[in-house]
Amino acid sequence: MTIQSQFLLGLKAAAPFILVLTPFGLLFGVVATEAGLTLAQTMGFSILMVAGAAQFVALQLSAENAPTLIVLATALAVNLRLVMYSAALAPLVGKASLWQRLLIAYSLTDQSFALTVDAAERQPRPLPHLVAFYAGTSVPTVGLWYVFTLVGAVAGSSIPPAFALDFALPITFLAMLAPMLRTMAHVAACLTSVVGALALAFMPYGTGLLVAALLAMIVGARVEMWQAGRAA
Amino acid sequence: MDGIWAIILILGAGTFLLRFSFLGFGGARQFPDWALRLLRYTPVAVLPGLVAPMVIWPAATGGETDPARLAAALVTVAVGFWTRNVLWGILGGAGVLYTLLWLL
Repeated sequence: MTIQSQFLLGLKAAAPFILVLTPFGLLFGVVATEAGLTLAQTMGFSILMVAGAAQFVALQLSAENAPTLIVLATALAVNLRLVMYSAALAPLVGKASLWQRLLIAYSLTDQSFALTVDAAERQPRPLPHLVAFYAGTSVPTVGLWYVFTLVGAVAGSSIPPAFALDFALPITFLAMLAPMLRTMAHVAACLTSVVGALALAFMPYGTGLLVAALLAMIVGARVEMWQAGRAA
Repeated sequence: MDGIWAIILILGAGTFLLRFSFLGFGGARQFPDWALRLLRYTPVAVLPGLVAPMVIWPAATGGETDPARLAAALVTVAVGFWTRNVLWGILGGAGVLYTLLWLL
């Protein structure tokens, strides 16, 4: 196996995600433009953050004129899972050179993380091969994210209101969320989040959401421990 | 929008730091189990709470609960849950939304 063939394996593994990334990137471009962002600002989000859900969150809260601190805290909370990915990838590629680790970190997404950990578990391989595989998964992911954000931003303003684009965002979030409901603990966290956010909606500046999210994380962790205890 | 560049730059830097955190240590540090267990639930803890008010009280209808949007949300979750596929969830939800908006 050569480095090149590992890169190609990564590309192949990432191919199905094109179907998801394309509409999602387009949608971000469209929604950002509709919200009044310039082309440079819209691309700035996709190039500097490279984070689908958190970009939508930041955009939504900014459009609602939430205070900057709340926008930052909520969007970074959505991205906290990236710390977990970083922790899980470190034992696998932590010995790579600094510039490789910087690039790996920049392009770390749900897709690349899941595919690379899965590949390493199924078939352990030398470090340069794993880095090449990772690059194969992340280059198309990040590249398509830029390209389709741009297409959406350029096409965006020509979409009429009858398309109810206001609801594209909730639908996208719910569609991302549903496949994550794999265990009782995930379902319990999800329900806590919904009930908590609705019950605390009276709290100012979206702080109710942060409280609800924290409660939901604790409930998820508790249910997981409780189930592990029962299974043991 | 005022201050959007500050938000973009800070979120860009912050998100990068989250990603680089453990990769930066080169595998020399490990997370405690309890912290990993909490972090596992961040997406399912944040996203539903964020969406719930938009589904129940949509801004486009002035906060009035709208059957078309409510049904679209439920169908999106159901399809996404059973197919385990983001795209099918989006298509199912959008299909229901447009059909009901057109009918009602």
